[in-house]
Parts: sequence; C-alpha cells; structure tokens
Amino acid sequence: MVVDYAALKSGGFMRQKQKNHFSMRLKVVGGELEASQLKAIAGAAEKYGRGRVHLTSRQGVEIPFIKLADVENVKAELLSAGVFTGVCGPRVRTVTACQGSAVCPSGCIDTYALARDISERYFGRELPHKFKFGVTGCRNNCLKAEENDLGVKGVYSVSWSRESCSLCGVCAKVCREGAISVNDETLVVDEKLCSLCGRCAKACPSDAWRGEPAYLLSFGGMFGNRIAAGRQILPPLTDTAALFRAADAALNFFDAHGKPGERFLVAVERAGWDTFEKTVRAEALYA
Amino acid sequence: MPETPGAELRPDARADVTDVVCPATFAKALAALEDLEKGRILEIRMNDGEAARNVPLSLKDEGHQVLKLRDNGDGTCSLLVRKLAD
Repeated sequence: MVVDYAALKSGGFMRQKQKNHFSMRLKVVGGELEASQLKAIAGAAEKYGRGRVHLTSRQGVEIPFIKLADVENVKAELLSAGVFTGVCGPRVRTVTACQGSAVCPSGCIDTYALARDISERYFGRELPHKFKFGVTGCRNNCLKAEENDLGVKGVYSVSWSRESCSLCGVCAKVCREGAISVNDETLVVDEKLCSLCGRCAKACPSDAWRGEPAYLLSFGGMFGNRIAAGRQILPPLTDTAALFRAADAALNFFDAHGKPGERFLVAVERAGWDTFEKTVRAEALYA
Repeated sequence: MPETPGAELRPDARADVTDVVCPATFAKALAALEDLEKGRILEIRMNDGEAARNVPLSLKDEGHQVLKLRDNGDGTCSLLVRKLAD
C-alpha cells in the first residue's frame, strides 16, 4: 500500500514507532470540549485504539494506536459527533486558552471567545513552520502567553476618579505592585509601577476605579529546542480589530520573510526586530 | 463623594480568619457573614499578604459591600464589610 504520509500528517495523524499505527490528533480550541465530544472520543479510543487517550502539553487530545486501515472510519465517526482532526506540520496549531473572564474571577478578557475567533481565522493556515497562539486571561499568566509565537494576555486599562472614591484602602492592598497608596485625604498612584493587572478595578467597592479590558500581545516566543520569551512591541490594545490586524501582519511577515522549516522568531531576527515592529505597529495602530 | 466609611463604622459582629490560609480564609469569612442579617456589618481580621489581597475582592464578587480595609500594623488587617447578598 502506498501511504501518503504528508496527507496523513496535515490531517493530524502522527506516525508511531509501532508500524502502521498512528496517534490521531484532535482539534481542541482553548482546551474546551463538550461532554458529548468526550464521549465520542472515548468511544473511538475503545473501538479503534487501545482504550486510552493522551492529553498533550498544549491542551490537545490524541488517540494513539489507530491502525492505518481505520483512519477514514475513525475520522468519519468522530466528525459525526462534532470532533475534528487537528493539524501538525508547518501550520497554525491548536489555539490554547485559560478559562478567562467567562469563568475565572481573575480573568480580564473573554479568552474562550477570542481563542475561537483566532482559531476560526487562522487554524491550519500553512506557514514556513509551525505557529502557536496562546490566550491567557490575566497577569497570572496560567496559559504562559510568552511561550507562544503570538501570545495574548488580558489586562485592564484602568482609571480612577476622586468623586466616587471612599478611600476605603482596598485597592492599595490588592495591588501587588505597590503602585497605590491611600491616606485619609487622597489616593496616589505611581503609574510606572502599574502592571495593568486590573485588580484595583476588580476589587473597588465604589466603582471609583474603572477597568477596560485590553490585550497585551507578545511575539516570537518558543519553548522547544530553543527557548525564548515572546516580546511585547505594542501598547495594550482595547480594540479586538487591532489585535487581528497585528496578527495578520505578523503571519504575513512570517510568510514573506521565513524560510521553510524556520521558526517565526528566527525569521523576525533575520529581518530585524525594528522592521518587524514597524510593520506590525503600522497595521495595528494606524490602520 | 460618597460617605467615607472609617472609624465611625461600628461592626455588628467580628470574625478572625488569621488561623487559616486561602481558600479557607474566604470560606470562614462567608460562614461568619451567613450568621448575620442583611445590612449588618462584619469586621474580619485577616493576615496581611495573600488573605488581605484576595478576600476583599472575593467578597465583592459575592455581592457584599466592602467598606474599609484597615492595616492593624501587626501583620494583620481588618476588613469591614456590609452583608448585602444571601
């Protein structure tokens, strides 16, 4: 039998050490699956695999020990339950996310919604090499935004008004950066220390602190053979359309400057961070 | 400017959560609020640090009115909170 390994791989089938066996990668967005999808996955693992799944480091699910002859049947059965195969190779990979503001009290942005939108727009897009998006809801960074080629971190753009402030002192205490001090007459903010975590606005009992959700983007992170933290080159973006303009610009830049098999960061370094920054800023901030 | 809640606010009850750590600090504070009638004020003494950073935020999320957070100067803080939610 002639086996088209490339086609198998783009469909998320990874060759195993064991001859004619594949680990089937499934599409998961933001680490979220319906119970009905989980049941279908469990059924497929029992019927076609060895009754086990592997949870990947990036919130994916794989079913190992699928036989080559069963590949199409497994795909069809899972598809009927709304489970899609994932991707490998030089493409936009699984978009990861924490639970964000939909569930987590710390969340500043709706990570699930954003992860779905990012996945909808880019998942599977072919590029010179793999490209990873990760969305984390707040400064706690449970989702490790900076280890992704493009990381998104939720913050609050905060402002304070004297009129409604009762000087209760809560914000000064909840601020981890020590940026706020309160006395009996007023409140003083050291903006240089502010991390935009938004805890002052979340905790404020009188709405004197207001917070507007914003995105902090990081570019060029990776956590494999080479380890590098993604770099922040833009101010916090309050506009989701600006985020997508920045992401479009980054992916197009990778397409234009990346050599096959070369990670995004390497392409940016060769072309120059200055050039990259100028390109992305022009698209994100002035479009 | 709204009322400045401060020393003039008198608590109707007191709770001490300095003997537990997160998340028991929040649970113990909630339990103390349960014993109170709506509109009453509870003073919660807690350790500075994790508890003082998190309990006020959590109680606001539960729908209560946080009035004042005082630093006691001995490694503890006292939070005045008015019971509003059930």
